[in-house]
Amino acid sequence: MDASNYLYVSALLFTIGAVGVVVRRNAIVVFMCIELMLNAANLSFVTFSRINGDLDGQVMAFFTMVVAACEVVVGLAIIVTIYRSRRSASVDDASLLKR
Amino acid sequence: MTFTAPVLSYALLSPMLILLGGALIGVLVEAFVSKALRPAVQLTLTLGSILLSFMQLWRIRGEQSLTAAMGSVVFDGPAALLQGSILIIAFISVFLIADTENFTALAAALPGSDEERHALQSGNQVTEVYPLTLFAVSGMLLFPVANDLITLFVALEMLSLPLYLMAGLSRRRRLASQESALKYFLLGAFSSAFFLFGAAYLYGFSSSISFSGIREAIVGGGGNDVLLLIGIAFLSIGLLFKVGAVPFHAWSPDVYQGAPTPVTAFMAAATKVAAFGAMLRIYYTVFANAQWSWTPVLSGIAIVTMLLGSLVAIAQRDVKRMLAYSSIAHAGFLLSGVIALNKAGLDATIFYLLAYGIATVGAFAVVTLVRDSSGEVTDLNRWRGLGKRSPFAATTFALFLLAFAGIPMTSGFIGKFSIFSAAYESGAKGVVIAGVLSSAIAAFFYIRVIVLMFFTDATEDGTSVEIPSILTRATVIIAAVITVALGVYPAPLLNFITDLAIFIR
Repeated sequence: MDASNYLYVSALLFTIGAVGVVVRRNAIVVFMCIELMLNAANLSFVTFSRINGDLDGQVMAFFTMVVAACEVVVGLAIIVTIYRSRRSASVDDASLLKR
Repeated sequence: MTFTAPVLSYALLSPMLILLGGALIGVLVEAFVSKALRPAVQLTLTLGSILLSFMQLWRIRGEQSLTAAMGSVVFDGPAALLQGSILIIAFISVFLIADTENFTALAAALPGSDEERHALQSGNQVTEVYPLTLFAVSGMLLFPVANDLITLFVALEMLSLPLYLMAGLSRRRRLASQESALKYFLLGAFSSAFFLFGAAYLYGFSSSISFSGIREAIVGGGGNDVLLLIGIAFLSIGLLFKVGAVPFHAWSPDVYQGAPTPVTAFMAAATKVAAFGAMLRIYYTVFANAQWSWTPVLSGIAIVTMLLGSLVAIAQRDVKRMLAYSSIAHAGFLLSGVIALNKAGLDATIFYLLAYGIATVGAFAVVTLVRDSSGEVTDLNRWRGLGKRSPFAATTFALFLLAFAGIPMTSGFIGKFSIFSAAYESGAKGVVIAGVLSSAIAAFFYIRVIVLMFFTDATEDGTSVEIPSILTRATVIIAAVITVALGVYPAPLLNFITDLAIFIR
């Protein structure tokens, strides 16, 4: 199968993630959409690695996974504190700073 | 199969390694040192690591044209200058962070709960903020010296993740602070996803993740330009977000306002240096030969950023929000140095970053001083007559505002003059016209604040000016002295930058 098909899948996943970030209201779901975008980028890396015939892209994908894991830790910590003080994880409720 | 050990060149990495070591020791201090001693130990450790790192940087500044860690990191003149600027800014920001009044007593406690009151009464302090600062600073040092896409991405996250957490640690207005952390985090992660996607396409275009490999692929031509353009566009979105350029600026007013003021000072100044440092390296070396594709777009973004930042700042009633919009305008001015794409532009941008960063830390340091019984007063109306109540705070704040406005005899004038002349030289006349115009607009609201402080009568509403602690006073004075010194006698630093600032490719 032509490897470039994976690029289309990756672009599709990235778009779904980006649209999700914009339209969804729950912070957890927004965050999941961001993870989807990161994984779409990973899929591109691995596909390009296959097309180009070298391993750099796969190494990059590993680094991305590690960084994404760190991001989950920080992100969930922030979302949980917000949820504990507001009893809601909706990004629309957090509007104290809009003057 | 034989295994070849990588050559790391520890000497060139040492400024970053010292900071990371200090941060790790800081984490251990959290675990093993008694609560009473912790603040002093952490402060000494943090300042010590930054100082040691700076001394090491000074020692290796001449060692140019060198790559470290198997080509993942490149150490050249601009790298030394940018890292030095970041360390100086971090050093004086840590003085502000040491002022305990600004941070929550227990970050995990619910705002307004018994737990929180108990922590406050027992004199608890969030000393974790010091290791977090050190981690962020080491990421910032790595960002402008990264020489491949992996290092660049890891450095971006290294500097961002601690800042997301630090934004949520404010003592007063906890909910607003947590909210700013959430906004910063979600938008920051969103933009790094774009950044990563762009990196993937650059790798697809050039089949190399190193900057030199991408550059050769661009110079050589023959690759798929669609991949290159998607790569440049998405990577730029990630970088422009970090510097707060329009249309990726939405986070900055909220985060600047909600975060504890010392963190705002540190973030506003140091992140800008790091992010523009990386931008300079990427646009001046990697993308230089694809200039046709990005200069027009970036010029447009610079013009919109300058004008929108200055215009919206006029309408602000809150000091921190006003400074946030002013920082957006400054991101536009700095972008004109990136667009210039010549040696003068490089020198001017590096000078401007240092001058602007130091004035920013100074300005936010003054903001921490103006308080009433419930904490900092950031409403501009209540700053009326500050000049009579506290000549020290009002005078220094006026000085920093004049530096932002670019009035002669301050560092801001030299910075603006050199950056616009570099942009003019490169033929970006539209950008220069927009820049001068928005400088004039910006001068209006800076001067308005000065008039408010000195020439209007104070209202009795309980706003008072705190007697600054020694460390805060030191920050304000150091920042003020450097701002004036760079304005009156900038030649030594300008010459130093001109001699040193040459990118190796």
